[in-house]
Amino acid sequence: MTADLLTASAADLAGRMAAREVSAREVVDAHLDRIAATDGDGTGDADVHAFLAVVADTARRHADDVDQRRVTGRDLGPLAGVPLALKDLFTMRGAPTTVGSRILDGWVPPYDATVTERLRAADVIVLGKTNMDEFAMGSSTENSAFGPTRNPWDLGRVPGGSSGGSAAAVAACQAPLAVGTDTGGSIRQPAALCGLVGGKPTYGTVSRYGMVAFASSLDQAGPLARTVTDAALLQSVLMGHDPRDSTSIDEAAVGQPYPDLLATLDDGVDGLTIGVVTELRGEGYEPAVLAAFENSIQRFEALGATIVEVSLPHASYGLPAYYLVAPSEASSNLARFDGVRYGLRVDAPTAEEMNAATRGQGFGPEVRRRIMIGTHALSSGYYDAFYAQASKVRRLIAQDFASAFDTVDVLVSPTSPTVAFPLGDKTADPLAMYLNDVATVPASLAGVPAVSVPNGVDGAGLPIGLQVMGPLLGDDRCYRVARALEADLDLDPIARGPHALAAPA
Amino acid sequence: MVTTVKDGWELVVGLEVHVELNTVTKMWCGCLTDFGDDPNTNVCPVCTGQPGSLPVVNGEAIRSAALIGLAINCSIHEVSRFHRKNYFYPDLVKNYQISQYDVPICYEGHLELEVEGLPVRVGIERLHMEEDTGKSTHLGGSGRLHGADTSLIDYNRAGVPLMEVVSHPDIRDPETAQAYVRELQGIVETLGVSDARMDQGSMRVDANVSVRHPGDELGTRTEIKNLNSVRSVGRAIAHEAQRQIAVLEDGGTIRLETRHWDEGRGVTETLRVKESVTDYRYFPDPDLVPVHCPAEWVEELRTSLPELPAAARTRLEAEGVDGAQAAALVSTSGMLAVLDGAVEAGADARTAANWLVGDIAGQVAAAGTTFTDSGITGAHLGELLALVDDGTLSNNLAKQVVEHLVADRGARMPAEVAEAEGLQQVSDTGELQAIVDQVVADNPDTVATIRDGNAKAIGALVGQVMKATKGQADPRATNELLRASIID
Repeated sequence: MTADLLTASAADLAGRMAAREVSAREVVDAHLDRIAATDGDGTGDADVHAFLAVVADTARRHADDVDQRRVTGRDLGPLAGVPLALKDLFTMRGAPTTVGSRILDGWVPPYDATVTERLRAADVIVLGKTNMDEFAMGSSTENSAFGPTRNPWDLGRVPGGSSGGSAAAVAACQAPLAVGTDTGGSIRQPAALCGLVGGKPTYGTVSRYGMVAFASSLDQAGPLARTVTDAALLQSVLMGHDPRDSTSIDEAAVGQPYPDLLATLDDGVDGLTIGVVTELRGEGYEPAVLAAFENSIQRFEALGATIVEVSLPHASYGLPAYYLVAPSEASSNLARFDGVRYGLRVDAPTAEEMNAATRGQGFGPEVRRRIMIGTHALSSGYYDAFYAQASKVRRLIAQDFASAFDTVDVLVSPTSPTVAFPLGDKTADPLAMYLNDVATVPASLAGVPAVSVPNGVDGAGLPIGLQVMGPLLGDDRCYRVARALEADLDLDPIARGPHALAAPA
Repeated sequence: MVTTVKDGWELVVGLEVHVELNTVTKMWCGCLTDFGDDPNTNVCPVCTGQPGSLPVVNGEAIRSAALIGLAINCSIHEVSRFHRKNYFYPDLVKNYQISQYDVPICYEGHLELEVEGLPVRVGIERLHMEEDTGKSTHLGGSGRLHGADTSLIDYNRAGVPLMEVVSHPDIRDPETAQAYVRELQGIVETLGVSDARMDQGSMRVDANVSVRHPGDELGTRTEIKNLNSVRSVGRAIAHEAQRQIAVLEDGGTIRLETRHWDEGRGVTETLRVKESVTDYRYFPDPDLVPVHCPAEWVEELRTSLPELPAAARTRLEAEGVDGAQAAALVSTSGMLAVLDGAVEAGADARTAANWLVGDIAGQVAAAGTTFTDSGITGAHLGELLALVDDGTLSNNLAKQVVEHLVADRGARMPAEVAEAEGLQQVSDTGELQAIVDQVVADNPDTVATIRDGNAKAIGALVGQVMKATKGQADPRATNELLRASIID
């Protein structure tokens, strides 16, 4: 019974709760027990260490409340009572928000993020806050100040990042759903490495209010789940105009509604034109990743899609442009962590020295590196060559996407050039780490939606992901194509590995 | 005459005027702008820069800024944007200030001033919007951030909408600088978009000052920070010009630096030397979207502009008010409204102006208040002048009534004051006759002199009557009654 609750999809759990076959409290307790059994504190080799904080009492109270309201016959949302793991960069009252950093030591946010509010309003039950690369800067979760998260498929490997804790929690069946954030691939890459579905919504469809900023013009929250339907259901809860976020898309103002992610989910790919991006495969991609990708292209064709080769001529400049734009914004966004108002303060004789000492001790090496890169890129004399030039490249990439979508319905590529790599493999080489994002940053720079869907495993049984990219507000198409592949591949969504549970019957 | 700095030298001044807008809420959040409240009571996650918080532009602030822009003859950018100005300071919550940089909301305007009777035009480069910072209080030690034992920060002011008006370096004398500041103050006040109180910091002036030999390139400038009265603006500029000339004539050079005006000692002093230009790493704020001011909206706004100070001066002069008085009326906070109200109540503009600029302004100032706060309205002045007109009050008594009006902040109307305080003129002939008879009886010698033909001596007896009536006797009636009883 318990194992069955853990491996069930969110949609299935919600259905069973709605039918009163199982209570939200039972579902939540099962997941809290699973966390207790598998998560540890990150010191043991078998610790998944997906969570930085578990809010068991709050979660149980919320579950009881859902059950009570269910008894009174209230109409609850489609995910009511379903547990969820929340990345630790969303503010949530009553628990610390760390962003994977020491700099926020002791800070308990005085307000809830819009995402947190929307989850609560939908009666999705937050179990806790998940581990992440410090300030979402990284692709392995090894940049967390609180120790790395392990990949449930192979505990010696990374779960990807920066939303590695969220991905690992779902892969380890500690929660059927998680919310992550994606700046340059931080949902899609860990989804690929953990055998999950991960969505990066169209920029502006999920409010950033209460999301601790890394790079404001790129950051976007999105779902992680074991099935496409679950991810689409969760993203539907997250999306919506928010007047507290100026960059939030106002349907009335743009004259286009937010996409309905569920309406066409099962329509298949028959009749769609799928573009294969020339620049996003080939050199630097592992053979198994490329083989799985080619295999899926053939499947799409067999399912009735038209496959065309599409060039995004500027996509190859995506990575360098991203690594200028994102650190530039970060260098400014992270200036507020100065020891004056909240978080860590390292005392020193003057305010200036206190700022420097606090930031020196509070930020880890990768965060300091990016602040320095960004500070340099924005400096007078370098601004034009770096920040301004990168912004130009960004506009060109957005144009590339726009032209491509004149002729194709979606674009596809491998999500990540590699499968999950061993812990410590790339920590000494920042550039090798940055290359993880090569296929995911173009969509981020263009603001377009993208979904990573499981695309089989390599010879060692490690998951591989395929990325589907759509036009602005075309998130529904991404999910539709992802769902078609999911149905066709019919993979076991439950992670193999030491903590493996049996797949749902 | 305006001040010439020194023969052979020319003063060049450009002004940056910061105006705090009096919108109900702050620039990026819903907190009240009442920064005088108890410290850190008007704050929220946004204006204290909590992680994850985001700014949303206050539309009312945009409207106010555009209104001022139109009033100072600026063009309005249809699309403008906000940048981040990055620098670390404890009272700057995000350690960057959101400000407009390459595309400000308003650009290229001018003010037409009248300085010492002559028309002067000062060009305006731009008007941009930004946010105010918190307020630091440094305790112990030096009393400044460096060396203080403890610093306390009040974030009530953090995020209050601020506008900066930057003039071209068109100003050549301290008087023009003062007239410019007064004019801007008058405009902002007329528009009702700011208190524009220099004494309370809701309007602050920085002056960029340099000197040169006429015809030369611009000299190195110094920037005098935070001048907080119109008087300081004039004095500081005049002093700084003399200081620079002295340095240059001595063979020295002027350093590019920020200077502080010491009002007490009447000198400027080095605040910080700009050894290198601070690199603020400006870049477009990715949390905000561009500000749109569509042309139709701007035109609609233009039609809603009230009468501005320059137009008011012209109108007053046409109504016969003296030029200097018109200037004072327009540039003194709240005074023009009192005049217009009095005229509406039937008063003569010229008489009302005389009273306002003369006695009433003096008394209001002496009481340490302003017209806006004085409680004195056009209705008060109108009634006062009507009482003078119909002989109920002499000028002298009217002044005494004004004292009461000022003292009790206009709580009572002039007629009520005159009645309650016994300040009405005694022109009742019966009552006055008795006093006149008494005075005549008490001063036989003077009466004899008058009867001998020395008519001037009657003044002494009028004085006696006045004394006996505590100034309330109508002088004309007294005179007539005295003549009648002595000569007839």
